[in-house]
Amino acid sequence: MKASRTWLEAFLRRPLDAREMAEHLGMLGAPVDAIESVGAELAAFVVAEVTDVRPHPDADKLRLTTVDDGSGTPLTVVCGAPNVSAGHKYPFARLGTTMPDGLVIERRKIRGHASEGMLCSARELGLGTDHDGIYTLDTDAAPGTPLLEVLALGDDRLEIDVTPNRADLLGHKGIARELAIAYAAPFRLPAIPGEADLDLPAPARYADEAMVGGVRLAIVDRAGCGRFLAAVIRGVRVGPSPDWLVERLESVGSRSINNIVDVTNYVMLELNQPMHAYDAATLAGPAVMARAARSGGEALVTLDGVTRTVPEGTLVIADAERAIGIAGVMGGEATEVGEGTTDVFLECAWFDPRRIRASRRALNLPTDASQRFERGTDRWGAVDAFRRAVRMIVTVAGGTVDGTTVDCFPAPVHPPRIFLRPSRVAQVLGVELSWTEIERCLVAIGATVVSKPDDGRIAVDVPGWRPDLVAEIDLVEEIARVHGYQNIPTELRPFRPGLRPDDAGWEAAERVRTGLAAMGMREVMTMSMRRDLTATGPAILNPVSAELSHLRSALIPALIEQVEHNWAAHTRDVRLFEVGTTFRARAGARPDEALHAAFVLTGARQPGHWRDGEAAAHDRWDARWAFERLVALADPTAAVQVEGDRWVAVRGDGTPIGWCDELEADSPPWAAPLFGGEMRVAVAASEPPRFVPLPHHPAVARDLALLLGAGRTVAEVVALLETRGGKLALESVAVVDEFRGPGLPDGRRSVALRLVFRATDRTLTDAEVDKAIGRLVSMLERELDVTLRSA
Amino acid sequence: MVDAIDLGALRARLARVGTLDLPALEAEEIAVLGRKQGELTARLKALASIPVEARREAGAALNALKGEFEAAFAARRAELVAGRKSAERASVDLTMPGRARWVGSRHPVTLVIDEIVAIFRGLGFSVALGPEVETEELNFHALNFPPDHPAMDMHDTLYLDQGGAGTERLLLRTHTSPVQIRTMREGPPPHRVVIPGMVYRNDPFDPSHAPAFSQVEGLAIDEGITFVDLKATLAHFARRFLGADTRVRFRPSFFPFTEPSAEMDVGCLLCGGAGCPPCKGTGWMEILGCGMVHEQVLRNCDLDPERWTGWAFGMGPQRIAMLRYGLPDIRLLYGGDMRFLNQFGGLAG
Ligand SMILES: [Zn+2]
Repeated sequence: MKASRTWLEAFLRRPLDAREMAEHLGMLGAPVDAIESVGAELAAFVVAEVTDVRPHPDADKLRLTTVDDGSGTPLTVVCGAPNVSAGHKYPFARLGTTMPDGLVIERRKIRGHASEGMLCSARELGLGTDHDGIYTLDTDAAPGTPLLEVLALGDDRLEIDVTPNRADLLGHKGIARELAIAYAAPFRLPAIPGEADLDLPAPARYADEAMVGGVRLAIVDRAGCGRFLAAVIRGVRVGPSPDWLVERLESVGSRSINNIVDVTNYVMLELNQPMHAYDAATLAGPAVMARAARSGGEALVTLDGVTRTVPEGTLVIADAERAIGIAGVMGGEATEVGEGTTDVFLECAWFDPRRIRASRRALNLPTDASQRFERGTDRWGAVDAFRRAVRMIVTVAGGTVDGTTVDCFPAPVHPPRIFLRPSRVAQVLGVELSWTEIERCLVAIGATVVSKPDDGRIAVDVPGWRPDLVAEIDLVEEIARVHGYQNIPTELRPFRPGLRPDDAGWEAAERVRTGLAAMGMREVMTMSMRRDLTATGPAILNPVSAELSHLRSALIPALIEQVEHNWAAHTRDVRLFEVGTTFRARAGARPDEALHAAFVLTGARQPGHWRDGEAAAHDRWDARWAFERLVALADPTAAVQVEGDRWVAVRGDGTPIGWCDELEADSPPWAAPLFGGEMRVAVAASEPPRFVPLPHHPAVARDLALLLGAGRTVAEVVALLETRGGKLALESVAVVDEFRGPGLPDGRRSVALRLVFRATDRTLTDAEVDKAIGRLVSMLERELDVTLRSA
Repeated sequence: MVDAIDLGALRARLARVGTLDLPALEAEEIAVLGRKQGELTARLKALASIPVEARREAGAALNALKGEFEAAFAARRAELVAGRKSAERASVDLTMPGRARWVGSRHPVTLVIDEIVAIFRGLGFSVALGPEVETEELNFHALNFPPDHPAMDMHDTLYLDQGGAGTERLLLRTHTSPVQIRTMREGPPPHRVVIPGMVYRNDPFDPSHAPAFSQVEGLAIDEGITFVDLKATLAHFARRFLGADTRVRFRPSFFPFTEPSAEMDVGCLLCGGAGCPPCKGTGWMEILGCGMVHEQVLRNCDLDPERWTGWAFGMGPQRIAMLRYGLPDIRLLYGGDMRFLNQFGGLAG
């Protein structure tokens, strides 16, 4: 909502500061997004008096004038306007002034005579299209007075962010009411300049049908149209609006059209009541009715010149033959008020917000009117708005009201009455407010406190312009708002802490994140929507773009893309991880959502150092360790296994939940190999580790160089050692070396293992260990054909 | 027989300890204190052979001398070692760089989320999570959005393509608030939960918008909870999160699922309150939305609003991260550029 400072000043009858107003409105729940200075481009212009006019010696159409601009030095100014005359005052641009069109006024010679400034026309000031010479100012202001002070053009336009519940703030009166709260000042409607002396009795009340000025008015769709006020004004002169009306509209960025249309717009912007004026001569019947569009829809050309088909059931305004407007949205071209119009039919109605919302959606046609009707207009305040509009039309366009005005109100209702318990105010706000304060707050928003407390409740009649106030809690909020949120205490009071445990998924995600970061990887948070050609992830019905068409089913593809972006930026060493939700489409059911963790590694294993030179690049063994760490963090019940030519993580029950491999990517020639892995994170709460007593006796380590035949794996050797190690305690087996090449029996490789033995009750002797080793070696040879390399 | 009393020769040797070099020091230690041939050791052994009445006095003198020798050897050794180290160091350029190791880091947004969550955990909140694909019922209706609320337009909300199948219309949750409903329907109050999670909007992916972003939401429901608790808890949070002298203010606002509703502003993080373009010259920045849980939302969860009251809040960690770290473009937070990530802790690389 755009609001004009000067318009609001007219309501409060006091000067206002735009910044201060913005501050107050924000603290009342209507934040001001922007303040735009209107007329700022005219700030440099001043009032100047022409003291002498004489002919230009070298040009018939030019005059030489002497100008008093208040500076004390008479200036010579060349002027081509026929209406310039001595003793009058005009807008003056001193040397150096920038004109609204961007031209800078400089000292220049016109036909041999220097001009020390410029006397301006209205058009040159951007104030109109008047061509008849320079702008004669009717003012007592002394020369040198800023032009803005004389023309009252200076204004501030406030862009107010109105929340969807506040219908009333879409009119200046509603905003003025809020400011009246902030300034504790009264406010009332601005006077209409030169208001016509018009005897305007209250509109005659009818149910759903009436005659008004010879036009039959009918509410056919009573659910859609709850009230319809109408007047026929005959003998109007359609033409330009008076300056004050044009300026008011322009102050909020609304263009003047003609005096009749301008009045309806003015009243809408002031009182939040959209209206529509029809050329009465164009009405078939003559009749006007509010009804639903007929089956098959109805076509009409709207005011914007577009032919639209209104779907069946849409609320329309029609004459005896056809739809002439989309109720509450936009009027029709055929009945538009134009230059030839002499008789006007004025509509001021209340429409059901849901019906208008449906119309706007169906036609995709949001308008100033639909925006207001959708939020709900004041069906009781409509009478005052209507009467103000009739008075204004007669004032600015002449004409007379034909007969009496009418008010069709098929089912008269009163604004709702709400019962309020002050105890409830205290229960919600946590502060005991006095009766007087509660009443002050309610009166400030325009409510009427009907009865004083007897049974602990007060009856409150809410104002018609606040359709959002329907329940007691709504009044509690209003009381808090007017009392001031800043006046409610901010003291930490006792509370009952929650006992419920943190979500296991959160704990698991945090554990994995912390663990992977500790391994030297950088966390990323990639976009969870992406193109998915396999459609494994659920498709989005209305995606933001083709690149974001599905929910991701895995994290790795985005991580690979990020590695490629790093390569494109000439970064070779990349280590990234992500923990996030992935999705799997399931036909006819909600998608499966799973927490995944993934990593990618490429480039140097460590930063280079001057003592060591460049570090080697990550290889598959780095990847394997990273994957084992990931598995230990993400699902301690799972184990890493070999599957084909890659590693997988497998749960105790055999379910595969992750993998690790070298990755294909669009890599530059200088890039190192890329590895990565991804797995599902188990969301079960993790068990704390159990303490194992520290050993009391020393360990004995022995290295064995073993020859393994083709196809024989270290895992098989280790498993045999660990499971069939015998009674002498084998504490651990580690691989310390591998050798392949000449000098070994054909097809065999040498693997060096370090076996560590330890007894819990004594120090082992060399003899004991030797004996055990001998037994293990013969078992390996017998069962796996694995022999000692030295043998 | 060794003279146990005359210690003059040994005292002379003690005086010379401070002049010995390292090999000589080691030899002298053995010569004096050695377990087998040490001179002092021998004299202590010889005490056994002297008359009892003289033994005590001689023993005390010998033991005192032994202590003096031990201290002198240790002091000389330390002096020699320190001298050797400083001689070594004199030849080393200690300004040469150390041997680096890759350092990992958390993402700025998960860091912000963690900080927020940690503060609320300290205030008795537990973490609750919920699915990112939701029903209209939980994302809108249960939260008191009217049936034809504009938020339900495809213009604002991303819906799943269910291929005509499925009974309920599924969408990508537009806020973490459905988890409020899940929490309240799961068991009886009191509830005190903090809800981090990803949410979705039909917004373009541009410098200031993202169609998927994080939210942290909170909910407190109990008997006797009031607007005072909301203000006090959130103001306390702001001071823990942004600094003890953070200025805080609450403004009325509107959300369908809270009433009264509020926005919490904090003193501008960029200009400190003086006014700058990002805060539109006001010196304030909106940091979270909050309010008392709407009566209808409580009723939708079978809670009697006359008995139970509560408050809720929600905030956007990406926006906070952008303000805190001075990021010009939200899309940086969705990328994996190492040059960007390296700025959030750890060494370059
Ligand atoms: Zn600022």
